[in-house]
Amino acid sequence: MTTDPGLDETRTGAAIRIDEVSKTFGRGDTALVALDRVSLSVAPGEFVCLIGASGCGKSTLLSLVAGLDAPSSGELSTGGRRTALMFQESALFPWLTAAKNVEMPLRASGVPRAERRERVAELLDLVQLSAFGDKRPHELSGGMRQRVALARALAQDADVLLMDEPFGALDAMTRDLLHEVLEGIWRRRQLSILFVTHEVREAVRLGDRVVLLSSRPGRVIGEFGVDFERPRGMDSAQTVGLAIKIKDRLREEIVRHGH
Amino acid sequence: MAIETPQEPAAALAGLDQLELAPPQQAKRHILAKTWAAAWPKLLALVLALVIWQLVYLSGFKSAILPGPATTLTDLWHQLHHAQLWSAIGTTLRRAVIGFALALVIGTVVGALVSRIRPLRAAVGSLITALQTLPSIVWVPFAIILFGATTTAILFVVVMTAAPAIANGLIAGADFLPPLLLRAGKTMGLRRVSLYRHVIMPATLPAFVTGLKQGWAFGWHGLIAGEVVVIILGQPSLGVFLSNDQDQADMAGAISIILVILAVGIAVDLLFNLVNGRIRRRWGVADNSAS
Ligand SMILES: Nc1ncnc2c1ncn2[C@@H]1O[C@H](COP(=O)(O)OP(=O)(O)OP(=O)(O)O)[C@@H](O)[C@H]1O
Ligand SMILES: [Mg+2]
Repeated sequence: MTTDPGLDETRTGAAIRIDEVSKTFGRGDTALVALDRVSLSVAPGEFVCLIGASGCGKSTLLSLVAGLDAPSSGELSTGGRRTALMFQESALFPWLTAAKNVEMPLRASGVPRAERRERVAELLDLVQLSAFGDKRPHELSGGMRQRVALARALAQDADVLLMDEPFGALDAMTRDLLHEVLEGIWRRRQLSILFVTHEVREAVRLGDRVVLLSSRPGRVIGEFGVDFERPRGMDSAQTVGLAIKIKDRLREEIVRHGH
Repeated sequence: MAIETPQEPAAALAGLDQLELAPPQQAKRHILAKTWAAAWPKLLALVLALVIWQLVYLSGFKSAILPGPATTLTDLWHQLHHAQLWSAIGTTLRRAVIGFALALVIGTVVGALVSRIRPLRAAVGSLITALQTLPSIVWVPFAIILFGATTTAILFVVVMTAAPAIANGLIAGADFLPPLLLRAGKTMGLRRVSLYRHVIMPATLPAFVTGLKQGWAFGWHGLIAGEVVVIILGQPSLGVFLSNDQDQADMAGAISIILVILAVGIAVDLLFNLVNGRIRRRWGVADNSAS
């Protein structure tokens, strides 16, 4: 599958290629078309943000890219790259401490114990949670849990990071800081990121490109390049200006849907 | 990989964490105070039971056969000084442990198979639940016909009553396995055995322990029922004592043995609650609202 590390040598083309992908849940009368011929590609090292209303199939699309689910039709490829998925909910293992959670992907890929300890320390440091390694998820705040989840996703040493509204439940201040952390990691590790959000300004703040998905069925309806300089502020005039444009475009789409 | 530490947001995040930190936990109460807090309602219940018993005794209800607490507790006190009672407790506990261990193995294997294999799940799942509703005593004639009046017959009864509950605990745990955690495990490359070991087993552990607790309780019922009926010469057990007391219409003796059986049951239950509480706290599902 797309996560097979054995294919690493054959990395080719786009980091993510989604070609005419559809996904239907159920069949017959109750069938639900979650995604309808979605095409999208993410270049190596590119940061793409995906925006769409609730229920338009964003999470579904990420599971397809991560190989957790198979598309009903169409093709997906990550060109042999490893993917890591950060879920909408932190999805940490409640019986493990923060450090053990971060360590799990390393165990799964057979990293020796001594090296694991070192890597976990680095990753916890990266999300500024070194002091909280021995806490269990329920002892951490929501923001801290998301940071542990981020560290755990990074522990998978993937080239492609799929993030599903990772900061949706955080307060504005923590979120701004995590944007900076994420941007730093993305740049240093030259990751390719597909980042789902329904907050338009967050998409403009982070993305090289912002892709709009329509609702029921999900379909790509527009795309905006973001070419102004990083780091961008969530509240800078440029960010807000483009966000307004994108929102207008979304509104148009909703109005058209109404007819 | 070089150590990557973004300096700017770091300090700010650390500051926010200080704010987010849960308020410092209340100073831990002294262990004696805690034990007392847990024990006094039980002691009160005990005293209440003794008072009611004494009142019934004083009322003269069946006064020829029903002894008062004083007589009975004296009888118990004397019995506790005899090696015979302790040997009986030893025999019964040994059977309980062996029977429970067998039930544990069988229940776990069956539960694991049934929860993993879909067609089995439909066919055997409801059968196991049905078995659980059977009163333990129904297995006694079955076991005696099959094995004669032997220890094997008694162990069989224990296994038949305890194993379904244990299997059911495992199946329930697998049914309520959070799909999100399974998916999380799969995305990080856990497969088959490693997925089982690192995700499925720990995630089902709380339900499994609940099943064990229930299995023990059922098995304990079955064991005493079996012992009262299956009497093996030269092997005194709590069940044999009860049966003898019945034959001799020794009510004080019978109540003494009931109290012993009750005490053992409560002790083991406390042990399970301890393990259960620890697991639930580790898993973060403990109810801390009381503190
Ligand atoms: N396993 C499933 N079976 C049936 N329907 C599903 C399943 N998963 C998702 N759906 C449906 O597909 C649609 C898209 O779901 P999805 O979770 O991908 O939306 P989303 O864009 O991520 O929404 P949100 O912004 O609320 O997270 C929804 O209508 C949902 O009910
Ligand atoms: Mg979603």
